[in-house]
Amino acid sequence: MTEPTVFAPWDDPDAKPLIRFQGVSKRFGSFTAIDDIDLDIFEKEFFALLGPSGCGKTTLMRMLAGFEAPSDGMIMLDGQDIAPVPPNKRATNMMFQSYALFPHLSVFDNIAFGLRRDRLPPEQIRARTEEMAALVQLGKFTSRKPHQISGGQRQRVALARALAKAPKLLLLDEPLGALDKKLRQETQFELMDIQEKTGTTFVIVTHDQEEAMTVASRVAVMDHGKLIQVATPDAIYETPNSTYVADFIGDVNIIKGRATPGDGRVSIAWAEGQPDLTSQTALNPAAGTEVFLAIRPEKVAISADKPAGRANTVQGKVLDIAYLGNISTYHVELAGGQIIKAQTANTDRITRRDFTWEDRVWLSWTDTAGVVLDR
Amino acid sequence: MRRYALIAVPYLWLLALFLIPFLIVVKISLSDTEVSIPPYTPTLDLSGGWQSVKDFFAALDFENFVFLTTDDLYWKAYLSSLKIAAISTVLTLIVGYPIAYGMARAEESWRPTLLMLVILPFWTSFLIRVYAWMGILSNEGYLNQLLLSLGLIGEPLTILNTNTAVYIGIVYTYLPFMILPIYATLERMDGSLLEAAEDLGCSRSGAFWLVTMPLSRPGIIAGCFLVFIPSLGEFVIPSLLGGSRTLMIGKVLWEEFFSNRDWPVASAVAVILLLILIIPIILFQRNEQKQREMDQ
Repeated sequence: MTEPTVFAPWDDPDAKPLIRFQGVSKRFGSFTAIDDIDLDIFEKEFFALLGPSGCGKTTLMRMLAGFEAPSDGMIMLDGQDIAPVPPNKRATNMMFQSYALFPHLSVFDNIAFGLRRDRLPPEQIRARTEEMAALVQLGKFTSRKPHQISGGQRQRVALARALAKAPKLLLLDEPLGALDKKLRQETQFELMDIQEKTGTTFVIVTHDQEEAMTVASRVAVMDHGKLIQVATPDAIYETPNSTYVADFIGDVNIIKGRATPGDGRVSIAWAEGQPDLTSQTALNPAAGTEVFLAIRPEKVAISADKPAGRANTVQGKVLDIAYLGNISTYHVELAGGQIIKAQTANTDRITRRDFTWEDRVWLSWTDTAGVVLDR
Repeated sequence: MRRYALIAVPYLWLLALFLIPFLIVVKISLSDTEVSIPPYTPTLDLSGGWQSVKDFFAALDFENFVFLTTDDLYWKAYLSSLKIAAISTVLTLIVGYPIAYGMARAEESWRPTLLMLVILPFWTSFLIRVYAWMGILSNEGYLNQLLLSLGLIGEPLTILNTNTAVYIGIVYTYLPFMILPIYATLERMDGSLLEAAEDLGCSRSGAFWLVTMPLSRPGIIAGCFLVFIPSLGEFVIPSLLGGSRTLMIGKVLWEEFFSNRDWPVASAVAVILLLILIIPIILFQRNEQKQREMDQ
């Protein structure tokens, strides 16, 4: 029996990255879009660039495709500096946000467009195009024009066209942005399937954190042209390295306070007259420095009576209740005016809601539930 | 009811200003010349009752159309007009396409200014602009003066009163009609299409021929018709810039009408010209229709 191997080349010091960014910056006039980025992306990765609009993620991708040249630094693909290689000679293909399908060409001719530029023999072009159309389940639509098919089908044509030349690296610019929510979720899984089947390295740009978390092997969170954190989705969620990342990914409560360090833990004085909060942490802040405790709402328990044996308990009053069907989120105002969100899963269909507006409640969490952050 | 009233307006307009005048021209083309006012016969006299109406229709015949086939002047003039219109259309396309392309690729803030510059000549009378070309192209004109002073030519070139001058005049006059529709198609073209073409292995020029060109085809077709149709019947440019050997049907029509005062033959020439034009006009409409379907 072979040990199931975890795909994590980024932890392997001997692994050679497919793409390496070395001190890459990009400036447009006085505006810095990309600020001194170092990044390795490995073969067969599904790598997500995540950030708000204007954070530089699209610029980073366009530099990989060759539409922008870095102002500083070097980008290497397979150990080769790609700066002098024009876009039409790069072993990368891109799926555009607008899909950029050629409106005057049929689905078949769109997919075959890149193959024809390579002057392959016609029967090979036909075979490869049909293979790609089948891969994205469009075999029946190859004679249609782009304006005769639906948005979801257009998205598939764009994907098939970008994959047809079997690029070393496929770039996806907000590939699912134009689809409705249901179709988007289905397509996310299909994308992962196709990525696995073809073994192509995917780099996806998105502003949708759920999408990034679903599809990616690693996520890079960007802000103002800098990489804030690059890690696996669960690491990004459970151990964010900053309040920015914690806040950007999912829902979070952030409590600011002064630190009193202990042995592998820290006590946080967060409001006058309230007991300190404690949390385990590898961080070793100096006494009295400002720290943040980031804690996810689903890790905060809500109860009518003070629970015994929980490391952190605080009392407050229910301000708002958001019923979302599968979960309910309670917004609880603490004594100091701070609002904490606590989530409970609605596991029964018919239950009396335990709390209502203005109720006094206790919130509690363990000392491993939260993450202590210093920025 | 109100809907019909609304639709009726353009139809009444066409009826009053196009169909009725055309029927009058057709009627004159079927009449005979006479030295009188108006210079043709018969004229409809309703006071004579039913019998006079019958006499009126009995007097109409196709004699003038038959006459057009007997004299080779006319079909030569039609052919020559077709040739001149076709060549000028191609020349206008060759000059206009790069201008439209440049405008569509210019900075967005510049585009309204460039559009203005294209339309600006319309602010002056067409006739004056054609006269201005006489001043430029004549033997003592600015062009010859410039070329002589540069030492490029030993003696003045004869351009005015040749077909070359007619081509120059038509290209100059109808250039905006070529530029504007091409510009419109190029301007709304999604720039990422060119990036996609490049990404898939096209060179810059390859992307132009495989993507830009086919996508601007509706604009090219529209522009070509907008130039071809009016230049086919053009009269002012050949009569001012062309020579005695420039044969165009518009000029023939003018001479029949004003010099010979032969209204029936002139009308027959006009009716045939219109019939010739119907083909490209229908093709033009088809192109527009197809374009609208593509956009939906």
